[in-house]
Amino acid sequence: MVAISIFIILVGLFFLLAGTIGLLRFPDFYTRMHAAGKCDTLGVLLCLIGMALYNGFSLISIKIMFIAVFIFLTSPTATHSIARAAMNCGITPWSKDEEGGRIEG
Amino acid sequence: MSFLITFIHLYVFWILLSGHFDIFHLSLGVICCALVAYGTHDLVLEGLPIDMHTEVIRFIKYLPWLVYQIILANIHVAYLALSPKMPIEPRIIKIKTKLKRDLALVTFANSITLTPGTITVDIKEGVYDVHALSEKVSEDLLSGEMENRVAHIFMED
Repeated sequence: MVAISIFIILVGLFFLLAGTIGLLRFPDFYTRMHAAGKCDTLGVLLCLIGMALYNGFSLISIKIMFIAVFIFLTSPTATHSIARAAMNCGITPWSKDEEGGRIEG
Repeated sequence: MSFLITFIHLYVFWILLSGHFDIFHLSLGVICCALVAYGTHDLVLEGLPIDMHTEVIRFIKYLPWLVYQIILANIHVAYLALSPKMPIEPRIIKIKTKLKRDLALVTFANSITLTPGTITVDIKEGVYDVHALSEKVSEDLLSGEMENRVAHIFMED
């Protein structure tokens, strides 16, 4: 059980690391939101699940799972509201071509 | 009725968080939960139908698929962030949706934002503005599979 939880925590740390590297490398605000807001969701989720497994079945693991559920709910909401605020302030998204990369779908 | 439902949820949550089962902590919980439930019961359950068990069951069935999608898309974003060439092509896509109820719209918007590589920027009159990180993730979204699954949860298909 300890080995499994360490493995899960390490995978979570890998995603957190990738998110941080993405945050530093990506070119503009919106692409950085992708790295900061969401690689972290899975990374933190995996770390919490690993910690809950390490604890075994107890009240502490239930509390940890509650933290995971709330991160799952609040993280996308916060990401959305920050991105929306940036759009309302008129920050133009970076794109490879000049037209702004708009497609209708 | 809504007071009682709010109170029961709060009290179960209180017991889980406190972890003490002596008379002092339990009665303190009753007082606090009753006060909070009295203040907020008409906010939390406003406008929701009381009987939602079909939606809840379908939502729980939807979760494993969503987690699978999140893992797939997260690996993709990690690859984009770590690869030396960084092959990103950010773009804004517009998605017309057939969903109607607020809860369905919110679930779909949060599902889009949870899946790495796509952020819901705005919803106006049933049109989502989504910021996508690369062509692959925007194609996944435009295939409409996620929307159909969300529509299935809220019985709008």
